[in-house]
Amino acid sequence: MLALLQMNEWSPYVVGVGIGLLSCCAFLLSDRPLGCSTAYARTSGMLEQLFRGKKVREMDYYRQFVPEIDWEWMLVLGVFLGALTSAGLSGELRIEWIPSVWADTFGPAHLPRLLTAFAGGVIMGLGARWAGGCTSGHGISGTLQLAVSGWLAVAAFFFSGGICAYLIFTLGG
Amino acid sequence: MLSSLHARKSLQLVIGLAIGFGFGFLLQKGNVTEYDVIINQLLFRDFTVVKIMVTAMITGMIGVHLLRSSGLATLHPKPGSIGMTVLGGLIFGVGFAVLGYCPGTIAAAVGQGKMDAALGGVGGIIVGAGLFAHLYPCLARTVLPKGDFGPLTLPELFKVNPWVLIIPLVSVLIGLLVLLESYGL
Repeated sequence: MLALLQMNEWSPYVVGVGIGLLSCCAFLLSDRPLGCSTAYARTSGMLEQLFRGKKVREMDYYRQFVPEIDWEWMLVLGVFLGALTSAGLSGELRIEWIPSVWADTFGPAHLPRLLTAFAGGVIMGLGARWAGGCTSGHGISGTLQLAVSGWLAVAAFFFSGGICAYLIFTLGG
Repeated sequence: MLSSLHARKSLQLVIGLAIGFGFGFLLQKGNVTEYDVIINQLLFRDFTVVKIMVTAMITGMIGVHLLRSSGLATLHPKPGSIGMTVLGGLIFGVGFAVLGYCPGTIAAAVGQGKMDAALGGVGGIIVGAGLFAHLYPCLARTVLPKGDFGPLTLPELFKVNPWVLIIPLVSVLIGLLVLLESYGL
């Protein structure tokens, strides 16, 4: 059992079945689908509240997504802890600044990658809340419920993601 | 339905944490905490992300609909519209390619020690989500309601029993995975 948990990598099919079963657990035990992106919106509201006080909660958006710790926020915290544990068991837990595919094209300097990651994050955070979900909420939970929104969103994610990645790595490099 | 369990607020937070723990553990074991794996998927050089997502879809589709057919679960399809889902999805995709993680895998990437995720990406997603909250009143009056279809599901759209779609869809998805393997992808 321990040897299994210490493996560097599991088959993607084992991982996929596991995530599918976790989705079932979320519906059965919590009456909700898996999703991640609202946690970032709530965090943003909580941080803004530190500076602007209670009037943040009166914003239209934060009336729907109250800036507080909820189920999905705990889920994202769990994702962090689960990956930390898995990487710790397999000996992959280490500080890494620059992914190798990035370094091959854009070099090993830290700052360009950090700024690009931040900019990408801003676009992604905006897009995720605009679309009402991310690769988990639409891509897995939406598609498995046969939701029209889930299938449309996942097609849009990979369509523009594919074009953009192509532009970055063929023209940019 | 386990309604009494669903109503227990603090226990629910623990369940959320536990399910997230399993999710993060699996994402790390599946290697999708790696920028390289995600970018190589978008460039069609590595199909790990598609394999994981499609297998999760197949398992979850069958499992959740079985739970629903036995009265143990209710579906919660998200509402959508062209202005919301398609436009938002296209914006998300740009961020996906620039960042190289998604909101779920980035939390796992931080757990594994990826500094571009921890010091760049996470802050960016929080800022972007906050930006949307500020733009929301304006967007909700203009672009978001365009082409609204609500929380529609495919069985509702085609007016059929869900299993009439699930069985052929699962067959197609399994066929896709077999095809990927047969080409050694």
